[in-house]
Amino acid sequence: MNPIPSSTALMNPPDMPSPRFFTRIFRFYLNGFRRMTVGRTLWKLIIIKLIIMFAVLKIFFFQDFLDSKFTTEDQKSAYVIEQITQYVPHTNDPTGGKEK
Amino acid sequence: MIEHFDLSMVNWARAQFALTAMYHWIFVPLTLGITWIIAFYHSIYVKTGSEEWKRLTRFWMKLFGINFAIGVATGIILEFEFGTNWSNYSWMVGDIFGAPLAIEGLIAFFLEATFFAVMFFGWNRVSKRFHLFSTWMVAVGSNMSAVWILVANAWMQHPVGQAFNADTARFEMQSFSDVVFSPVAVSKFTHTTSASMLLASFFIISISSWYLLKKRHIQMAKRSIMVAAIFGLLSSGFVAFTGDEAAYEVAQNQPMKLAAIEGLYTGQHNAGVVALGLVNTNKKVGDKQDAFKFEIRVPGILSLLANRSFGSFVPGINDLVYGNARENIMGAAEKIKKGKLALAALDAYKKEMKKGNTIASKKSLATFNQNRDYLGYGFLSKPEAAVPSVGISFNAFHIMVFLGTLFPLVCLGFLYFSMKDVLLEKRWFLGLGTLMFFLSLIAHEAGWVVAEVGRQPWTIQNLLPVTVARSNLTTGTVQTTFFMFFVLFAILLIAEIRIMTKQINIGPEEN
Repeated sequence: MNPIPSSTALMNPPDMPSPRFFTRIFRFYLNGFRRMTVGRTLWKLIIIKLIIMFAVLKIFFFQDFLDSKFTTEDQKSAYVIEQITQYVPHTNDPTGGKEK
Repeated sequence: MIEHFDLSMVNWARAQFALTAMYHWIFVPLTLGITWIIAFYHSIYVKTGSEEWKRLTRFWMKLFGINFAIGVATGIILEFEFGTNWSNYSWMVGDIFGAPLAIEGLIAFFLEATFFAVMFFGWNRVSKRFHLFSTWMVAVGSNMSAVWILVANAWMQHPVGQAFNADTARFEMQSFSDVVFSPVAVSKFTHTTSASMLLASFFIISISSWYLLKKRHIQMAKRSIMVAAIFGLLSSGFVAFTGDEAAYEVAQNQPMKLAAIEGLYTGQHNAGVVALGLVNTNKKVGDKQDAFKFEIRVPGILSLLANRSFGSFVPGINDLVYGNARENIMGAAEKIKKGKLALAALDAYKKEMKKGNTIASKKSLATFNQNRDYLGYGFLSKPEAAVPSVGISFNAFHIMVFLGTLFPLVCLGFLYFSMKDVLLEKRWFLGLGTLMFFLSLIAHEAGWVVAEVGRQPWTIQNLLPVTVARSNLTTGTVQTTFFMFFVLFAILLIAEIRIMTKQINIGPEEN
């Protein structure tokens, strides 16, 4: 990796040696997170929320319906076709079809 | 037909989706709109170098950050619901929505995540110009990510650029540009984002009005109001313009929705809009009762909105249900007949394919393709099932329009009193100002109710009713998750209000 050019927007404190680009970005984020005030509370809230959503709701209550029943794309399409054609009318009578 | 489906499960799934979407929409419009205003404040700071503008920018940025953090990932729940409660729909639209939603994910991640951090962490740590550029990019990125979900919603209202594949049971994209640049998508995006800018203006006006009432942070509040009032006034003009375009698109593509939001049962030339009215909720399609208990109509305006012509004919609910040969309008009964033909042909096609009967299967496929535009009607039991709730559609639409008319007047008032420098003396007006954010939130939610309730019974207009889009789940399963979400959302909302009000009470950092 090449040292970052002097025209870069990420500035260094004058007494520090010029670190590599990704190190600078890492420090930028690290210092930013360290200086947060209300942001700390917000991050805690986001993490709790994501845990509830992905580790509880998604796994235990919101499994993908088709993925949980079928393994192949062909099986899924056959099932959906069956679902949408299960009450196909036997006549062209617009007042209602006959249930299969 | 439709009564064979578990309507109770469908209604609970719809209620759950409505709860999640309406909760999600508390946060989204503020994020979309306030990023632009913050970018303006930030630009003024960079141009003037004034510490007061910097303080102001940082304060609104902090409130934006709180809103963003609480709202983040609430949209993901909608995707959970698609896969679990609406699996037939999810399967059928996967090919259409895959690309737009993947683009949304990428844009949201790269633009928002990158520049969001620089915007918040970059004070005195990156150059002023790059910092300002990042703030603008957060605004661009937030609004760009909204494009794609609105394109998806617009496609459901007006499914263009697609063809149904009878082998896979999927709507497949035929033209990406037709989907993305559909007039419905364009009007939906412009109307939604301009309304979001208006809401963000009122967020700033409401909090600043409260500061002025309390005689705190007076200079900051006045400056904030001046910019927000100009921004709100311009946005409200754009909202009206794009709203007119949205009404035109509804008239062209969803005439039943237009008839429902105006309570128009019998089609008319020179049709009027209801300026004030009370819907007769006992009225049924086809009966002789009056549609309204009382009404004040302004003639000609609905024809103008719908067709750009005062004297033009606007079909009513009865015309769309029972047909109107004189105006060449096909009724729902005839569409149901064609829909049933499409369904029967689809079923026959699959059976012939299984038997290996190529000639018969091709014939069935041809019959299906002739009638596929009416596919959804094949699931309806009677023509009257094609009518949405007139009461909900009418009331939601008129609440939105009434508030939308009030908003530019309030912005104008704030601008006038700010320029005269008499805002502090107008305490009644500041009191009204504190309510404006909540009123604009109501207008937003009402707008979505119009869009979504007004298009019932369809998930995909004319092609897929909600009753067929659902998964084969029990009502109890959906009820359980509905109440779980209700509790979760209530807790999160309380958390947001507490954090937000605490920060508002603290106010901007003092020099």
